[in-house]
Amino acid sequence: MANAALAGTAGTKDRAGRRPVWGLGQSRNALGILFMAPAALILLVFLAYPLGLGVWLAFTDTRIGRAGTYVGLENYELLLDDSVFRLSIFNTIFYTAVASVLKFGLGLWLALILNERLPFKAFFRAIVLLPWVVPTVLSAIAFWWIYDAQFSIVSWALIKLGIIDSNINFLGDPWNARAAVIAANVWRGIPFVAISLLAGLQTIPPSLHEAATLDGATPWQRFRNITLPMLTPIIAVVMTFSVLFTFTDFQLIYVLTRGGPLNATHLMATLSFQRAIPGGQLGEGAAIAVAMIPFLLAAIMFSYFGLQRRRWQQGGAD
Amino acid sequence: MTMNRRDLLLTGAAGLAATSPFLSRTPALAQAAEPNYKPEQGAELRILRWSPFVKGEEDAFLANAKKFTDQTGVQVRIDKESWEDIRPKAAVAANVGSGPDIVLVWFDDPFQYPDKLVDVTDLATYLGGKYGGWYPGLEGYTKTREGKFIGLPLATIANAVCYRESHVKDAGFSTFPTKTDEFLALCKALKAKGTPAGFTLGHGVGDGNNFAHWVLWSHGGKMVDENGKVTINSPETIAALRYVRELYQTFIPGTESWLDVNNNRAFLAGQVSVTANGVSLYYAAKNDPKLADMARDIRTTNFPIGPVGQSVELHQVTSTVLFRHTKYPNAAKAFLKFIFEEPQMNAWITASSAYCCQPLKAFANNPVWTSDPNHAAYARASETLRPNGYAGPLGPASASTMADYVLVDMMAEAATGSRTPEEAARRAEQRATRFYRNA
Repeated sequence: MANAALAGTAGTKDRAGRRPVWGLGQSRNALGILFMAPAALILLVFLAYPLGLGVWLAFTDTRIGRAGTYVGLENYELLLDDSVFRLSIFNTIFYTAVASVLKFGLGLWLALILNERLPFKAFFRAIVLLPWVVPTVLSAIAFWWIYDAQFSIVSWALIKLGIIDSNINFLGDPWNARAAVIAANVWRGIPFVAISLLAGLQTIPPSLHEAATLDGATPWQRFRNITLPMLTPIIAVVMTFSVLFTFTDFQLIYVLTRGGPLNATHLMATLSFQRAIPGGQLGEGAAIAVAMIPFLLAAIMFSYFGLQRRRWQQGGAD
Repeated sequence: MTMNRRDLLLTGAAGLAATSPFLSRTPALAQAAEPNYKPEQGAELRILRWSPFVKGEEDAFLANAKKFTDQTGVQVRIDKESWEDIRPKAAVAANVGSGPDIVLVWFDDPFQYPDKLVDVTDLATYLGGKYGGWYPGLEGYTKTREGKFIGLPLATIANAVCYRESHVKDAGFSTFPTKTDEFLALCKALKAKGTPAGFTLGHGVGDGNNFAHWVLWSHGGKMVDENGKVTINSPETIAALRYVRELYQTFIPGTESWLDVNNNRAFLAGQVSVTANGVSLYYAAKNDPKLADMARDIRTTNFPIGPVGQSVELHQVTSTVLFRHTKYPNAAKAFLKFIFEEPQMNAWITASSAYCCQPLKAFANNPVWTSDPNHAAYARASETLRPNGYAGPLGPASASTMADYVLVDMMAEAATGSRTPEEAARRAEQRATRFYRNA
C-alpha cells in the first residue's frame, strides 16, 4: 500500500510540466489506488490479519478463555513429541497424495470422454457436476450411511450376492477407514477436475488434431504430443487447487470418523480444530494449522515451477 | 487455577465475614439464611443454553423464565446453540467480557475461566441446605478446592445401560448382572445367541467417553491423582484394559467406528441387545408404533459394579455460570435462585422425562422417577457420577485430555488388540502427561 501511494505521488509529479491537477478524478494513479483500496482492505482484514493472528497464536500458550504469553517454539517442540500429531501428518500426506492422483486420473479420463461426440452431452456434463454441487456435509452424511458398520448398503449388497459373509468394517479398521474417506473425497472432487480439464480441452484447436491425423499420428501420439502439452497449464492450476482443497479437508472427516478409529483418519485440519476448540488449547491448535503452511507452499511451488513455467507457453523456446 | 494471593485473602476474608455472624446465630448449620436478590432497575438478562434434546424440557425452561419475568418484570432472552458449540461461545464471552449473562455450560467449562465468573457460594449454600445437599460428583464441577462455588450444577444428563429383557433371559440370565465379571459372562452368552451387545469405542463425545470412563473407574484406574499427576499407567488400568479386550470380543463388529448416534441406530434396528444411552433411546422406541414390541421389551439399569465395589459412572453434566461482565448481577442471581426453587425445578425435571437428573438430593422424590420403571436407573445418575479428570483438579488439562479422546483411544487400542494393554496404558500416559504438564 505504501509503495503504491508513493508511486501515485510520483505519477502526479511527472506531469508537473503541465498544470498539476490534484483532483482525484484527473489522476489515473490515484484513481487506480482508490479502486483497489476496497479489495486491498478486504484482503487485509479478512485474510492477512487472521493469518498473522494465527501465526502469532502459535507462538503463545493461549487457551480458550485466557490470553496467553509468548512461549517461542514450545508448541512446535511439544508437537514433535506428540505421536498423534506425527500420525496426522502422515495421514494428511497420504490422504492428499492418493486422493489427488485418483482425482487427476479419473477426472482427466472423464474429461476426455465428455469431450467426444456424445448424445445428450449437455445433460451428462450437468450430471457430472452433481457431487460438486451437493454441500459436503450432506454427501458426507450419505457416505456415513454407506460406510455404516451395521447398515452399509455395500455390505448388504455383497452379502446378498454371496460374496462376503459379514459386514465390512469400513470405518473401524484403520486402513479401511483411510481408504473409505479417500474414496468419499475422490467422489466429491472428480467433477471439479473433470469440468475444468474439459474447459481446457475445448481450447485446443481442432486443426492441430486434424493435421496430426493427416500425418498419420495414432490417438495415443496425438494425446501425448498435442493434448497433454496444451493442457499442462490448466492441469497445473486445477491440480494446485485440488491438492489445496484435499490437504485442508475437514468436513468429510468430521462427519465420518471425527479422526477415529485410533486417530487413523485425523488430518492436520481436524486435529487442529480438536485441540483448539473442544480441547481449548488455541495456541497448540494454531501451531498445527501453521504447520500446514509449508506443505501447502511446497505443493504450490511444485505445480508452479514443475508444470506451469514452460517458456514456450510464453512464446519462448522450451 | 489462576488465583493470586491477594484474591485468596480477599475471598477468605469475605467468606469469614459472611459466615461468622450466621454461625453464631444458627449453631446447627441446618439451613443457610435465604439470600434475597433485588433485581436492578430496568434489568434484562441474556441466557445462552444448549439446544434441547427433549422438547418438553425446553418448554418447561421457557415457562419458568416467563414466570420469572411475570413476577419481577425482568426481561429474559434465551438463545440456543448446539451443545458442542456452547464451549467456544461461552469461552469467547468470558474472554471478551461481553455477551450472555448466564450460560448453561458443560463438564469442566467453569474451571476454564474461574476468575471470570461470579461467586455464587451464598446461593449454592442456601439451595444445598434447603434441598438436601448437592450430589458430590456434580458439586465437583462448580466448587473450587477452596470451597467457592463458581457456578451451580443444573443437571446430569443421565446415561444408563439399555437392554432387551427377552434376549437377556434367552441367554440364561433371569436378572441383569450387577457385577462386571457376570456382565462379561452375559455378553459372551448373548454373542453365542446371535444377539450381541455393543458399546461405543469410536470418537463419540458422549457415549464413547461414558463407556471408557466406566470401564476404567470400575476397575479402580484413574487418569490422575489428587494433585494432577498422571497415574493412568497402573495395574488397575491394565486390569480394566484386559477386561475391555475380552468384552469387546463379544460386541457386534464395528463398535470402534461408532460415533454418538450409531448405538441408537443399531439398538433400534434390533442389531444389538445391550448398549448404554440416555433415556431418549427408550422413548424413540416407545413413541414409534412400529417398535411397540421392542419398547415393551426394553429395560434399563446402571452399569455393573467392578472391583472397586461401587457404582462409578461418567455422565454429561450441565451447570449454570454467571459472568462477571453482567450488568445485572442481582437480577441474574434472582433468576438462578428462582429456577432452582422447588416448584420450578420440579416442573422442569418432570417435563424432561428422565433425561435431566436432579442436582440436589431432595428432588430425587420427583414423581417422574417412579412414573415408569425404566426411569429408575436414570434417577441414580447424579449419585453414581464422578467428574471427568477424576481424581485431579478440573481445568484446562482435564478438558483437553477428554477432548483429545485419550481415554477412549486407550480403550479402543486395547479392545481391538492393536496394542497390548501395557502399550495402550503407556501411550495414554504419554498423551495425558502433555496436557497435565503445567497443571
